[in-house]
Amino acid sequence: MRVALFITCFNDTLFPETGRATVEVLERLGVEVDFPLAQTCCGQMHFNTGYQREAIPLVRRFVEIFDGYEAVVAPSGSCVSMVRELYPMAADFAGDGRLAESVEELSPKVFELSEFLVKRLGVTDVGAYYPHRVTYHPTCHSMRMLRVGDAPLELLGNVRGIDLVELSEAEECCGFGGTFAVKNADTSAAMLSDKIRRVLDTEAEVCTAGDNSCLMHIGGGLGRLRTGVETAHLAQILASEAEEG
Amino acid sequence: MVEAEQGIRLVATAKETILWRIRHATRDVPEEERPEAVAVERAYRKEDRADRGEIVARFAERAAEYEAEVHRVGPAELPRAIEEALRRRGVRRLVIPPYLPREWIPEGVETLHDAARSRLTNQELDESDAVLTGCALGIAQTGTIVLDAGRAQGRRALTLLPDYHLCIVRERQIVGLVPESFASLERAVKGEGRAVTFVSGPSATSDIELDRVEGVHGPRTLEVLIVG
Amino acid sequence: MKKSDAFSPGPTPTFEESAKESLSDSQLRRNLGKATQTIRRKRAEAVGEMPDWEGLREAGRALKERVMRHLDEYLLQLEESVTRAGGKVHWARDAEEANRIIAGIVKDHGAEEVVKVKSIATDETKLNEHLEREGIRAFETDLAELIIQLAGETSSHILVPAIHKNRAEIRELFMERLGAQNLSDSPSDLTETARLYLREKFLAARVGISGANFAVAETGTVCVVESEGNGRMCTTLPPVLVTLMGIEKVIPAWRDFEVFMQLLPRSSTAERMNPYTSFWTGVSEGDGPREFHLVLMDNGRTDVLADEIGRQTLNCIRCSACLNVCPVYERTGGHAYNSVYPGPIGAILTPQLVGIGDPGPDSLPYASSLCGACYQVCPVKINIPEVLVHLRGKVTRHKQDRGGPRQKLDPENVAMQTVARVFSDPQLYEKAQRLARVGQWPFARGGSIGRLPGRLAGWTAVRDLKPVPQQSFREWWRQNRGSV
Repeated sequence: MRVALFITCFNDTLFPETGRATVEVLERLGVEVDFPLAQTCCGQMHFNTGYQREAIPLVRRFVEIFDGYEAVVAPSGSCVSMVRELYPMAADFAGDGRLAESVEELSPKVFELSEFLVKRLGVTDVGAYYPHRVTYHPTCHSMRMLRVGDAPLELLGNVRGIDLVELSEAEECCGFGGTFAVKNADTSAAMLSDKIRRVLDTEAEVCTAGDNSCLMHIGGGLGRLRTGVETAHLAQILASEAEEG
Repeated sequence: MVEAEQGIRLVATAKETILWRIRHATRDVPEEERPEAVAVERAYRKEDRADRGEIVARFAERAAEYEAEVHRVGPAELPRAIEEALRRRGVRRLVIPPYLPREWIPEGVETLHDAARSRLTNQELDESDAVLTGCALGIAQTGTIVLDAGRAQGRRALTLLPDYHLCIVRERQIVGLVPESFASLERAVKGEGRAVTFVSGPSATSDIELDRVEGVHGPRTLEVLIVG
Repeated sequence: MKKSDAFSPGPTPTFEESAKESLSDSQLRRNLGKATQTIRRKRAEAVGEMPDWEGLREAGRALKERVMRHLDEYLLQLEESVTRAGGKVHWARDAEEANRIIAGIVKDHGAEEVVKVKSIATDETKLNEHLEREGIRAFETDLAELIIQLAGETSSHILVPAIHKNRAEIRELFMERLGAQNLSDSPSDLTETARLYLREKFLAARVGISGANFAVAETGTVCVVESEGNGRMCTTLPPVLVTLMGIEKVIPAWRDFEVFMQLLPRSSTAERMNPYTSFWTGVSEGDGPREFHLVLMDNGRTDVLADEIGRQTLNCIRCSACLNVCPVYERTGGHAYNSVYPGPIGAILTPQLVGIGDPGPDSLPYASSLCGACYQVCPVKINIPEVLVHLRGKVTRHKQDRGGPRQKLDPENVAMQTVARVFSDPQLYEKAQRLARVGQWPFARGGSIGRLPGRLAGWTAVRDLKPVPQQSFREWWRQNRGSV
């Protein structure tokens, strides 16, 4: 199978290691990965902050660039939910019937990584080895918009050497919320402090999730407090292998 | 617009204005669309298919979970059970609604009869100790007693001001699910416009730190005798 | 004491400003955290035992959609039914008209005191203040409403308005304002004090005022859902009853209660059924009030109706489930919203009711991380995140189009325009990536960024930021997989 990787502007710029890990996992499973270099951003930040007029050209670009692929895979629940759940609203806003049609055709083919692996490929064991104590934070958009369900936990459960610990009140938002973290910095910080407390309660070394945006926020707090707890995107854990192979 | 249509009267009434605003706001709705054309799928349970015994038992259990005191008695034991319940609570003045079965009315307490021609005052109700009534329905799913101002229940104030409400529910009055209750109340409401009150346990509040306290303004004690 | 809220004249403080204050109130944080967590758990249990919950939600949503699309017909039918049953219907275009009608009825009966059962609609119209100016004293009879009325405060939760106060604070308040002596702080003693105080009021009142949870077009039946019995008192004992309801509260038929009376109690108090629900149909001979007035109020609701995405907001049955699951509300409490409608539903309802252009209400659609927990629990399936995003768009466009030349220089607007341009052109985008790597050096210290300038300082106030890595993903791809 040949898929297009939608890296997301955020990962491309700030978390290239997540992109490399995604490519590694997909290729390990025999998937041929293509990376359309014209891609930039899905327009989520603009759209969700209210700059919807400004988001429309980005929506159009996305639809044109990824048109025709069998599947589009992204290591971000949030950006995928923008495409799948909010592009129809964006097309309505643009009042463009043709765009709406293209969106309708494209959006079911766009997958978040864990959901692609488990639901599309039917793979729950990617042959990873990761000997660390890990806790998983289900990001809001993966859980409530995309309904990826237990896919990430199934994948993590089959990672060799992992000590997976449950996060309490896991379903509560970490407080990132895109521009919310800046516009409502105080409330965001209050939400973050509770998430950090729960992560620390697990005594995990690593907190993982399917979105680097949430992880940057959680990791930023964990780092500022010098907790010694790291964050790693799900893809990076799945890409890890034993040194000796 | 209203003004223009009216011609002579230049100021629209509030009603005309609001209706005009609504029509303007919903101009995306096709003119010919009838309300019923907006599909309402009712994919929920309408009827409890459990057997009667189970439904009655569930009613007893759930009414009790809401802190009502619940006893099950045979028809022959009922008068005794009523007298005992009232004695346990030290009731001296008991309010009796119209058409309460005579055999329910206990001996040895002062009875205050409410009737269409001589209504008890709110003061008298407030100073009474208890009220004894029947009911229209019981709902097993929620442990609810339904009063519809019908026979043996009386007007609403009777079950509101006394501090203790002793309610007799016959087994055959118990329905399984909430939808069944609204179906069987339809005639009393549509036909006669009777007031309906749902009572699920005694009056309660959780307004202070979400701690449940029984007995705020309504009766502090609700006791239910299920007769079957 | 009372701050200006979205329904008072004049500008309202923004959510961010008000939240700052609430967030540092440790007592409030503790009360709210405890209360919302408890009720969240209980709601999940109450809903969990319903195998047909999703079916009920969908029916509730669809019924409300039907009503909204044909609101004019249903209101006319309601008026006819209520009138036939012996009630009188009044129409009020706005809050001021509603207040005037109600005060007029009270004065017609020469009453100087009225008893009230909790009604957010009357909070919205500021009815109590209006009555006071007319020389009429309104007694709130819901325990929580009584507490906040005595404290001279405003509600912070739709269902539990005094959620921000603890027992010790309430004890002090009752001793001071009700003259209660030797009062303990146990909720049952405090409740008993309120019972005795209000019983006299109920018996003496000549006019009762209520809101309405639902009103049935087909039969004219009005419904009040409650727990304490004060609703029954207010709607039964006084000879005159006045009910104020928003026009969106109408439901088609009596049988539709089978849907809403299952959805509401479990969603709001997490009970299978609330202790008391009163359904009355006009006036009943010899039972309850001799006179019944129903006031149908618009006050901005038709503006909400006119917005095809925003319209679903009117489906709300005021259960408050969205407040209890909202991670923002749980931490800031209701006062930060500066509206009688707090929480996620308030964040979409308030700005639509009062209109865009006041900084306070305009800030509300941003008081959310768009986590979607509210949508998940809403018993009538209001897609709150969708409406939030939609309203953010309206607020932004309002600023852009009406903000004048200063708006052009607004840093957020400038940044967003620039970034949008960059994202539209891959070459520009790659150049920006490289620039970011160079531009960050003044801020990066020891492998992380501890402080950012300007508006971004909010981020680094509590979080470190990883510096932009030396190689972007696309650069790696080109190097390792070759350009396609």
